[in-house]
Formats: sequence, C-alpha cells, structure tokens
Amino acid sequence: MPNAQFEHKWGMVADLDKCTGCQACVIACQAENNIPINTKDYFLQRRAYEWIRIERYWEGEYPNVKARFMPVLCQHCENAPCEPVCPVFATYHNEEGLNVQVYNRCVGTRYCINNCPYQVRMFNYWHPNWPARMENQLNPDVTVRTRGITEKCTFCVQRIRRGELKVESQGGNRLNDETIAGGNYDPACVQACPTNALMFGDLMDPNAAIKPYFDDVNAHPGHGEHDRETRGYRLLEEMNTRPSVIYLKKVDQYPLPGKGGH
Amino acid sequence: MQEGKVLPAAQINRDLLRSILETPRWFWPVVSLLGLIVLAASITVGIMINTGLGITGLNYKVVWGFFITNFVFWIGISHAGVMLSAILRLAKAEWRRPATRAAEVLTIFSLMTAMIMPIIHTGRPWRILYWAFPYDFARGIWPNIRTPLVWDPSAILTYLTSSTLFVIIALVPDFAVLRDRTTGWPKLVYTLLAMGWEGNPRQWKLQIIAGVLLSALILPVFVSVHSIVSWDFGMAVAIKSWHSTVFAPYFVVGAVHSGVSAVVFAMILLRWAYGWQDYIRHEHIDALGRLLIVVATGWFYFLVMEIIFGIYGLEGDELAVRALQFLPGDYGVAYNVWMIIFVGITYFLPVILWLPKAWRRNLWIMSAACISVNVGMWLERYLLFVPGQANKQFQTFTWNDYLPQWPEALIVGATFAFVSMLMLLFSRVFPLVPLYDIKEGDILRTEMQVGRRTLTATFRED
Repeated sequence: MPNAQFEHKWGMVADLDKCTGCQACVIACQAENNIPINTKDYFLQRRAYEWIRIERYWEGEYPNVKARFMPVLCQHCENAPCEPVCPVFATYHNEEGLNVQVYNRCVGTRYCINNCPYQVRMFNYWHPNWPARMENQLNPDVTVRTRGITEKCTFCVQRIRRGELKVESQGGNRLNDETIAGGNYDPACVQACPTNALMFGDLMDPNAAIKPYFDDVNAHPGHGEHDRETRGYRLLEEMNTRPSVIYLKKVDQYPLPGKGGH
Repeated sequence: MQEGKVLPAAQINRDLLRSILETPRWFWPVVSLLGLIVLAASITVGIMINTGLGITGLNYKVVWGFFITNFVFWIGISHAGVMLSAILRLAKAEWRRPATRAAEVLTIFSLMTAMIMPIIHTGRPWRILYWAFPYDFARGIWPNIRTPLVWDPSAILTYLTSSTLFVIIALVPDFAVLRDRTTGWPKLVYTLLAMGWEGNPRQWKLQIIAGVLLSALILPVFVSVHSIVSWDFGMAVAIKSWHSTVFAPYFVVGAVHSGVSAVVFAMILLRWAYGWQDYIRHEHIDALGRLLIVVATGWFYFLVMEIIFGIYGLEGDELAVRALQFLPGDYGVAYNVWMIIFVGITYFLPVILWLPKAWRRNLWIMSAACISVNVGMWLERYLLFVPGQANKQFQTFTWNDYLPQWPEALIVGATFAFVSMLMLLFSRVFPLVPLYDIKEGDILRTEMQVGRRTLTATFRED
C-alpha cells in the first residue's frame, strides 16, 4: 500500500492486450539509459542485456500458433527480495517507492540477481564501450556504469528528477500531469510505446490513470484474483513481492481451439 | 582394542620430528610444482581482476558458478578438523590421536582458501572492505546485517580464529620439544612460540583445560558455520531448489562427509611420505572408515529428503528445476547423467568399499574411496547450485545454461595445489602428528585380561 508519508509512489501498468512486441521500448531504454550495445559476441556469451525486455512465448501447436508478448522490466517491488541480500546496501527502497541501485556502492556479489524472481537485474561482465562517434549520444543525465556491478531499470529516475526541478523552478510543489504537461516525466519506454501499452503514473495522485488498476488488484490480492473488476494482475503474485508494475491480461478475441477466452 | 606397540618417547620424538629436522629429497620439487600451479592461477586472477569477469563462463542468468561451488566445497573440507579433534576429544575416542592435528591444520588452510573464492568472485574485489568490515562510521553506513553474505564472513572468521587458537594450544608442548632440538635462528623462533613451556604439572593442567574448553566452545561454531553458508542459498527466495529449510543440516553432514574423507586421504599420503607407519596405523584408518559409513548414510538421507521435499510441493517452477536435474535435458550438459555419477561416487561406491574390514585396512582402496567422495561432493555442490539458477522461475524465456571456462577451471584446480602446498610447508616446520598426544595415549594404555585374551585398552580416571 502506498504510504501516506511519501510524496510520490511511482507505478506502471502494462497492457498486454495492446502490446505488439515491437521492441520500441527496448530501443528507447537502451538509448536513454546508456546501455551498451548488445553485439553478436554478447549474445553468444549470453550476456546481452536490456533493462526492459519483451518476452516472447508461443502458444498452441503449428499451424494454430499465437505469439504472446510480455514486456518485463524491474517491478520496483514494495517487498523486494533483492534488497535485504545486498551486503553493502547498494540497493534499497527510496521514499518514492523506487527500488534504486547505487552503482558506486555495488561490489558485485550478484546475490541480488539471484534473488530477483523476474531476472531483471543485469551484471556488467565487460567494461562498456561504444563506437567512437556514438559516445556523443550518451545521455549526460545517466551514469555510465563500470564493469563488475549490477544495474537495472530505474523508472527513468533522471526524468522524474528533471520534472521535479522544473516544477520547483515554476513555483509548484508537486510533480504531476497538471504541473508537467503531457507526462513529460514518463520513462523512455512509456514515451516510445506506439500503442500506449505502457502507462506510468503516481499512485499518490488521486487522478492518476493507473490508480484504479492498483486499487483493484490491492483490493483482491492473491486468491481473490477472480473477483477483480479490471484485467490486472502482478507477475509471480504468489511470491508476495508486491510489484509496482501491474499487467493487464490479454483479451483473446479469437481463442485457439481448446482454450478458453482470456 | 588397540593395536601397535608402545614406543619409547625418544623414538617418538625422532620419528615424528624427522620431517622437520631433515628435508626429504622429493620435498622441494613437489612444493615448487604446486607453487607453479598456484602462480599460474594467481596470474589468471590478476587478469580476471584487470579485464573483468567476462573471461569466466558466467552469463546473465547463472551468476554464481565454479567459484561459489569451490567456496562451499572448501568450507566443507574445513569441518573435518573440529569433527575429528573437538568432538572425538570430548567423546574420548582414543583412535583420534594421530589424526587430530592434520585435521585441524587442514581446517585452517581450507578456510583460508575458501575465503579467497567469494572475494575473487565479486565484480569489484578491491572494494570488498566495504562488505566484510564496517567502513564508514561518519555517515553511518554499515554492512547490511540482514544478508547471509555478512553472516558468512562473521561465522568464517570466528571459525578461523577459534581453530587457529585450538591448533596453537595443541602445538605449545611440541614447540618446546623442537626448541630443545634445534639450533640457530629456528631455535629462537621455537623458543618464542613455546612461550616458556617447561612441561610442569600446572602448565599441563592449563593446557588440557584450554583444549577441552576450546573443544566445547568450538562445537556451536562448527554447526553454525556451514549452516550459515547454506543459508546463502536457503535464504534465496527466488531460486526454487535453493529455498529449502533442510539445507543447514544437509550441508553440515555433507561437510563432515567430505572433510573426514579428505583427512583420511591426507593421513595416508603423510604416512607414505614420511614413513609414519607406527603412528598412523591401519586401526586408525579402519576406525575413520567406520565413522564415514555412518556419516555418509546420514548425508544420503538428507540428500533424498532434499529432493523429496522439493518434489512434494508439486510447484511448477520447482518441478522445472527438478526436471532439469533428473530428466534428459535440452541443454548441452545433461545434468541427469552427472546426477547419477555424483550419487554413485559419493555414496554407493565408497560405502561398498568401506564395508568389508579388509578393504578398510587396504590403504589403496581407502584412498580411492576418499578421493571419490571428494570428487562427488564437489559435483554435489555444482549440481545443487547451477540448475536452480538456470531454470529459476517459470518464465521460460529467460532460461539459460552455464558452461565454465578455462580461467575458472584453472583457479579451482589451483586451490587444491594451494592447500597441498600449505600442508607440506607446515609439515616441514611444525609436527603434523602431535607428539605429546601420542605419548599421552601410550601412557594411558594398559593391558587387561578378558577371559583368556589379553587386550590393550585405555583407562582414565576422569
């Protein structure tokens, strides 16, 4: 539950019915957050990484096959299993409900990677490098991470911070859709999504578009899944990690033979 | 019943100090060879620290591989020392006497080796001070005491300190013997180490009290060290096959299993190398073999229970890990073949070899059984840790396998050379069979008449 003492509690909704698996979010994230280019070598070493990935699953048997897509990013769990296992407090929960990673503090034990059920924490096995001219396109607001540390999705905290500064300079006191128009503090993936499958917002804001989904899922936790009014669910809900990302089920207009609706 | 004859004290001193007072011809070549292997591995570690963990086979899914396996293996070996000296001392098992010091020293060296592994396994080992020691008092940043990775160094350093004290206390009377038999600067060193030991009744009393006290104090540490190491895995909620409550006793028994086997093998080697046939006798190896049957069976029970507990819940993601472990898989490495090999060489083969008395007294067969146990126990840790990471949760999209690369294999191999080298160097400087303990055993030994047979036995008043 969002705690009243926090000014913000960031959350995201991923509508799987709208997701087409186009990977625009992946590329936007890669560009925004200075993630090294995943070369062929990295793929062959199985060390290619993305802060948000599109998981692709096939359903059914040929020729009745359907592709299912699911964007998976750091879930910013309220009850994050990665946090208590870090010996140096390199990962902790900040007062805005974000699960943050302090790169300078990280020693690279990789326990958090093991303890993340969503496999969204990534380890830098090599020192990151870019082709010479591409170094000019690095985002100056985001640290370039060195080798030997763990990194992950930040909900583009740099955009939130920039928005907050802007609100402050305009004399406002709260970052929301009224003070910053058009969701200009949204993470890169949300901004890039052509079908608006991803929605980002502040759960402490009573007018946030994502709030009804969270209220619904929180009102019917666990086995109350069938009483929910929305299509919302959380990934691996049985682990009680309480993610800040809610997925909306796909509505299957033409179900595969032998399968129910959605 | 005890075998062997009571030897005069002078001969005991002569025999057991031969390794220190004379250098065997094979000694330096062997030590140099081991040193070269360690040097090669050190260079590899240097390269790894310089270029990053990219040169290992670890990937984005399997992030704990050979190094952590090896860490747990050496922590396991270190459990032999306390098992043999503290528990058997409190239980007054006479046959422990020649084995105790070798076991304790093996404890210290294997703990030291084990502690290297998680450090070089981290991404930025030069920052490890942040982790093991509170470092930033001014800003109040302390290590996160909720994580097993902070419990680990605490438990291991406690164990290392107490075992070192234990060895030193047992060594003091032997230092005095050496002090009286050496000249020049070695004499000076031994004089300092002997701390004014004269062998008067008061000193003996204090030494015995200290030994017994430390034995009793070290026992909780003995149980807790490997329990805590097992919690590195047991506390990981996200990995299905790791998140098991049976891990602590399972790991402790497994540690005793591999540790005692390692001590038996080390004793056979030392007996052969230094000609200690009168001290490390067949009866000792025989007794350790019998102990090992019990330990191995206890370990096997926990192994089966761990698997049954895992399957009993019928959770899809746990079953996926078990399927990877036990069924022919899609990956290149068939874990089920390794599983069969591992259970065979860790339990069935050695226990069959230990059952007949004649085989327990055959040093070749005992060596083979003990090596087989240790190879198997190393495999056990690997097969326990890697499949769980490969198929962590039921998001099949991320499933991945792990193939170790040469740097990991070289470093892991070199840890064996490192421990052997340290043991050999130790045996050149300090007696590896406790002189006073052997003499004490001989003094306490008496002959008794049972029916028409004369038996040797030990009587003590306490």
